[in-house]
Amino acid sequence: MATTEIRITGFGGQGIILCGYIIGKAASIYNNQNATLTQSFGPEARGSACSAQVVVSDDRVLYPYVTSPQILVALSRDGYKTHKDNIADDCIIVYDNDLVTLEKHGPKVKTYGIPATRFAEELGRKIVLNIVMLGFFGAVTGLIPKEALRQGVETSVPPGTQELNLKAFDKGYEYGLQVKKKVKATA
Amino acid sequence: MKADPKNVLVGSHYLDGNHACAEGAIAAGCKFFGGYPITPSTEIAERVSRRFPLVGGVFVQMEDELASMGAILGAAWGGVKSMTCTSGPGFSLMMENFGLGIMLETPCVLVNVQRGGPSTGLPTLPGQADMMQARWGSHGDYEVIALAPDSPQESFELVIHAFNLSEKYRMPVLVMTDECVGHMTEKVIIPPAEEIELVERNYTDKKPGEAWPYEDTKNLLSPLLPVGKGYKFHVTGLTHDQRGYPIINDEAQEWNVRRLIDKVTKNVDDIVWLEEKDVEGAEIVVMAYGITSRVVQPAIAKAKKDGIKIGMIKMVTVWPFPEKRVKELADKVKALIMVEMNYGQVFLEMDRCVAGKCQTYFVGHAGGTVHNPEDVYKTIKEAVK
Repeated sequence: MATTEIRITGFGGQGIILCGYIIGKAASIYNNQNATLTQSFGPEARGSACSAQVVVSDDRVLYPYVTSPQILVALSRDGYKTHKDNIADDCIIVYDNDLVTLEKHGPKVKTYGIPATRFAEELGRKIVLNIVMLGFFGAVTGLIPKEALRQGVETSVPPGTQELNLKAFDKGYEYGLQVKKKVKATA
Repeated sequence: MKADPKNVLVGSHYLDGNHACAEGAIAAGCKFFGGYPITPSTEIAERVSRRFPLVGGVFVQMEDELASMGAILGAAWGGVKSMTCTSGPGFSLMMENFGLGIMLETPCVLVNVQRGGPSTGLPTLPGQADMMQARWGSHGDYEVIALAPDSPQESFELVIHAFNLSEKYRMPVLVMTDECVGHMTEKVIIPPAEEIELVERNYTDKKPGEAWPYEDTKNLLSPLLPVGKGYKFHVTGLTHDQRGYPIINDEAQEWNVRRLIDKVTKNVDDIVWLEEKDVEGAEIVVMAYGITSRVVQPAIAKAKKDGIKIGMIKMVTVWPFPEKRVKELADKVKALIMVEMNYGQVFLEMDRCVAGKCQTYFVGHAGGTVHNPEDVYKTIKEAVK
C-alpha cells in the first residue's frame, strides 16, 4: 500500500490550492489512483500563510489529513517556516530558491530548488509560478506521470490560458530533469 | 423514473463534498434552492447558483435561514423538488420551519455541513455535534430521516437518495455531512442519467373536489395535491385532519402525530441503511457514521492484526436509529463501540438499545478535527480485555 502525503505551502494568491488540486486531479482522474485534497481554511489563509494537503494512495484514503508529509512544496518563507519541522525523515523538499532559504534538515531529507517565480516572470506572467513549480515537482519526485499532470493543468486552468500554463509546466519540468541529472552526477 | 440527462454532469470529476452535494441535487431534479451563505456550506449554494441557470432551476439567496427553509417548503408545494443547505447557527434557525415541513409532510432536502459548535463555534473545522439537534431540534414529537456521507462520492449519491426518501415518505430529509467531507476534494464519478433512479412525486389520481391533502391511506403515505390544476386545499402547521383544516382536540392530535411517527417507524426496514464489515462472529463491533466511519478503519485493521475478532457498522442512515440491529448484536458481542465527533449523542441511543446486554464504549471529542485512529485503537484494546 503506497501512500504519499504532500503539503504545498505559500501565501494566499500564489495558487497553492490550485497546485494541490491539479496534483490530486492528475493522480485520481488521469492516473487511476486515489487522491484526497484538503486545505487550510479560515482567516489565517487569506493573504498570509496558506497550505494545501494531498494524500495520494493506491488504496482508498481513509485518514484524510496530512500528518508528516513525504513531500513538502514551499513557495514562501513563512509557509516553509511553519511546516518545516513536521515532515517525514525522508521528506523531499521542493522550493522556490529565490524566496525560501532552507535551514538544516536531517540526512535523509532531499531538497530541490527552482527560481519558479523568476521563471514565471520570464514567461511573461508571474501568476503561472505555481504551474512552473508543479512541473518541477513532477520531474524531481516522479510521483505522478508527466502526461497525467499536463492533463490536470489543461483541464483546470481558466479557458484561454492553457497554452501559457502548459509552457510554464514544461519549463518547470525540464528544469527539474536538469537538476535531477546534476544531483545524480555529483552523487 | 430515470434522471433527466440534461441534469446529469456525467463523467469523472475532482470535486469537493459540497460541490458533489450540489451535483447530486441537480441530478435528482431539484429545481429550487433557497439559501443563506454560511461557512462551511456555502460552496453548495455557489455551485447551485452557477449551474441552475443551465438546467432551468431557480436559485434565491434569502434574507436568512428561517426564510430559506420556508421558501423551500413553499417551492415544494408549488410543485418542484427543493433544497437548502446550512451549518451550525443556520441549522438552529431552520429548526422552526423544519418542524413546519414535518407537520405539513413536505418533501424537500436540508443539507447540514456540520462544524464545531455550540453557537458560532468553529466555522472552518468539522464536528458531528448536531446529530441530536437533527433528531429533536424542532418542538413536538416526530421522526426524522438523516443520512451521513463519508466522501464527496457519497455526498453526490446520498443527496439523490435523500430526495428519493423525501418523495417516498413525503417529509423533509436531512443530509448530515461535515466540514471535513464538505471541503475534501476527491474523485466523484457521476453515472449516466439512465443509471440514476429517481422517485417521482406521488400526486393524487382523484379529481379536484374529491381529494384531501392528508388522505387517510392505509400506508400513511398520502398522495400530494398539485397546485394550479383546480385542486383547492389548505395546509397548516396546526394539528389537522385529513382535509388539512385545523382541528384543535386530543383525538386529532393523536391521529396527526401518530402519522408522522408511524410512517417512519413502520418502514424502518426500508429506510435504515447499514454497511457492515466482518460483523458476523465478531467479538467487538465499532459503529460510526460520516467521515468518522473512514478514520476508524486503520484502527480496526490494526486490531485485526492483533488477532481481535472485530467488525464495523457504518451507519449510512443515522436516523431512524438501527434499533433492531443493535439489539440483536447486544446479545452476541462482547462490546459495541461508538465513535463520533461529539461528546456522546448517537452513543446514547446505542447504549439505550444495548440495555446492559453487552459492554458499550464511547470514543468522542468536541470536534475541530477528525479522530486520531490511535485513540480508537486504544479503546478497542480496552474493550477486549
